[in-house]
Amino acid sequence: MKIIFILEPKKVILRLFEISLNKIIVQTEKTVADLKIGERGIINNFKDAAMSLKLLEMGCLPDTEVMLDFIAPLGCPVGITVAGYHLSLRKREAATIVLK
Amino acid sequence: MKNKQVVALLGNPNSGKSSLFNQLTGLRQKIGNFPGVTVDKKVGFCRLSSSMDVEILDLPGTYSIYPNSLDEQVVLEVLANPKNPDYPDLAVVVADASNLKRNMLLFEQISDLGVPAILALNMLDVAEESGISINSGKLSKILGIPVVELNAREGIGIEGLKHTIFNQLQHKKTHINPPAFDKKSENIFDEVNAKFGIGNKYLALQYAAQAQKLMFLGETQQKDLEDIVKKYDFNADKFQSAETIERYRDISSTLNEVIIEEGVKKETITEKIDHILLHKVWGYVIFLSILFLIFQSVFTIAETPMDWIDQGIAFVNDFLKSHLPDNQIVSLLTDGLVAGIGGVLIFIPQIAFLFAFISILEESGYMARVVVLMDKLIRRFGMSGKSVVPLISSMACAVPAIMSARTIGSWKDRLITIMVTPLMSCSARLPIYTILIALVVPNNKVLGFFNMQGVALMGLYLLGFFSALLAGWIMKFMLKSSERSYFIMELPTYKKPRWKQVGFTILEKVKTFVFEAGKVIIAISIILWVLASYGPSDKIEKAESKVLSENPTLEHAKLDSKLASVRLENSYAGHFGKFIEPAIKPLGYDWKIGIALITSFAAREVFVGTVSTIYSIGADAENETTIKERLRNEVNSETGKPTFSVATSFSLLIFYVFAMMCMSTLAVVYRETKGWKWPIIQLIYMSVLAYISAFLVYQFLS
Repeated sequence: MKIIFILEPKKVILRLFEISLNKIIVQTEKTVADLKIGERGIINNFKDAAMSLKLLEMGCLPDTEVMLDFIAPLGCPVGITVAGYHLSLRKREAATIVLK
Repeated sequence: MKNKQVVALLGNPNSGKSSLFNQLTGLRQKIGNFPGVTVDKKVGFCRLSSSMDVEILDLPGTYSIYPNSLDEQVVLEVLANPKNPDYPDLAVVVADASNLKRNMLLFEQISDLGVPAILALNMLDVAEESGISINSGKLSKILGIPVVELNAREGIGIEGLKHTIFNQLQHKKTHINPPAFDKKSENIFDEVNAKFGIGNKYLALQYAAQAQKLMFLGETQQKDLEDIVKKYDFNADKFQSAETIERYRDISSTLNEVIIEEGVKKETITEKIDHILLHKVWGYVIFLSILFLIFQSVFTIAETPMDWIDQGIAFVNDFLKSHLPDNQIVSLLTDGLVAGIGGVLIFIPQIAFLFAFISILEESGYMARVVVLMDKLIRRFGMSGKSVVPLISSMACAVPAIMSARTIGSWKDRLITIMVTPLMSCSARLPIYTILIALVVPNNKVLGFFNMQGVALMGLYLLGFFSALLAGWIMKFMLKSSERSYFIMELPTYKKPRWKQVGFTILEKVKTFVFEAGKVIIAISIILWVLASYGPSDKIEKAESKVLSENPTLEHAKLDSKLASVRLENSYAGHFGKFIEPAIKPLGYDWKIGIALITSFAAREVFVGTVSTIYSIGADAENETTIKERLRNEVNSETGKPTFSVATSFSLLIFYVFAMMCMSTLAVVYRETKGWKWPIIQLIYMSVLAYISAFLVYQFLS
């Protein structure tokens, strides 16, 4: 830690700042992965551009209501109701859908 | 009129497309390949009127024309290329009416490509149950193309659809309603149009957005398109996401005019069932019980018809031998051909049962839940939950199973799945298992109702399954990939399996097995008969006369049997077997089994046929028995003990659990991985595994 600090103190500080900033964002933004079973939410936007293409195609559009149906026995994947049907996705994927 | 017009069936997965295909074509269907790819192409024929037959093309189910897997890519390949021989004259887009909004996305995209279309609203009964009613007449007016109401499961509305197809083919109507194009898109359209002569704006933009996926274009044209994309700094992802959002907005406003939703949504039956089937304890208990039930019934129910077939073949052989003169041709017919055919026919009951169960699991919608249950477990072993479908289907046959791995988007997950799938015991291994288990495992009941032989069979399947997991786990560390994959999957509602559909699947698979595997097995049986009946130079005659001079007083029957066995020993096949005997002796096999090992390199199922041919040649003709009895009576000439002892039988069983003995699998792995690297690695790792395990088992048990 010390050596790195001597080499690039600015970068290290910046990085630490970034990490704490990320934490704040994670805490404030609620995603589908944070829903409890039976809880509903409205989709706001997506964190992952590439994955959002597939999600959009499957009817997960901004302003659409989603409900968490189930969490698979081992905690992943999860099941949601969206646009009148059931969709299953991994927790990591659900965490890219940001709710309002 | 030009030769047959092509009507393509398109739609989302689970929209009932395949039952419509069966309703339209009946048994007039065949399976081929799309050129260049190994995706099954299902084509059937349908009579629309006394003067008009059309070809019905069943395209893979997809959610949009932006493919995420190889299967889905076929849809784009066909629809984006009007010069493709499979390019449809008309598209019938099958839509799940209970989920119309999402289904309409694909319909709009296909229409905008310029294909005349019919929208077929399927599963209206399901929609009605959830309180949705659709004014299809009004929808048809808005879209400007025919909208047909269907219940493909029950076969309701099929005649009306045929009539509509007939009319549409006379006066083709298209529905063009593309998203708004910005200035950049317009410029790209102008350039693509100038270079490729494509007047359809949406199609031209697909050329730009998906150039890499349009294989028919060839490298130079793909390069040209890339240059255009670069020149205008065209972002295909942004184009796609803007298009999707705009289309959904447009679809929503259309559907608002034609759909009436009433009543508060209650918990549906599907949700209630999911509570149980996805329960953290009951979910797994039920899944394992279902698997267990499958094996018990494959073994016990199928046994009776298999015995009939076995006895029937023995009877035919007996009959032929006693009524025809005793010469070489008759011997070829009975010991070569009939024995070989018997080896094929006897598997039919088991294959039929296995495919029946697998297709019921898929039909009912349960397979998708298995994927959910297994995803996290199986991900530790380098695969995805979606690998469960190939793994389970490979209990029937590894070839379609490896092809079904195409639905797995990630290359690494898919490759690992392909590499380990042949470790799952396929139906071709069943006859080997069945016969050897019947020889060495007592047919007792454990705890009153578990059949011991069924338990042993399940044990072998589990061994294959766990070794597949282990192999996947090892490969996970050996293969490196930075590629991202996703799981996102629709959970279809539970449905009662359509027995007709299950019947179709069974018929199709049994037919494929009998004709494809049958050809190989019968050819090998005949070759084997020749090799086992003739030998190099005059060795057979010399050995015969030696036996005769040594045993001048032996009674007729015993002499015959002795003669037969020296004849086999000195034949070409005997020489082959003897040649490899040193290598297989540590595994507990003699040269006769060696012959069967060599021939079964073509396909495992040949093993039993070969053994049956070899031992029927070696046996005395007066007392023709079933395959099982023949093996039981076989005695090792050196030790005087039964050849198929417990140690040898288990060693063989283990050998066949692991050995990669199937040319078709190697060929399909070659096609799917586009090279010889992976099939060769697979052949080597599985052969080494088989040899070492069989060696250990034999040494331990003997």
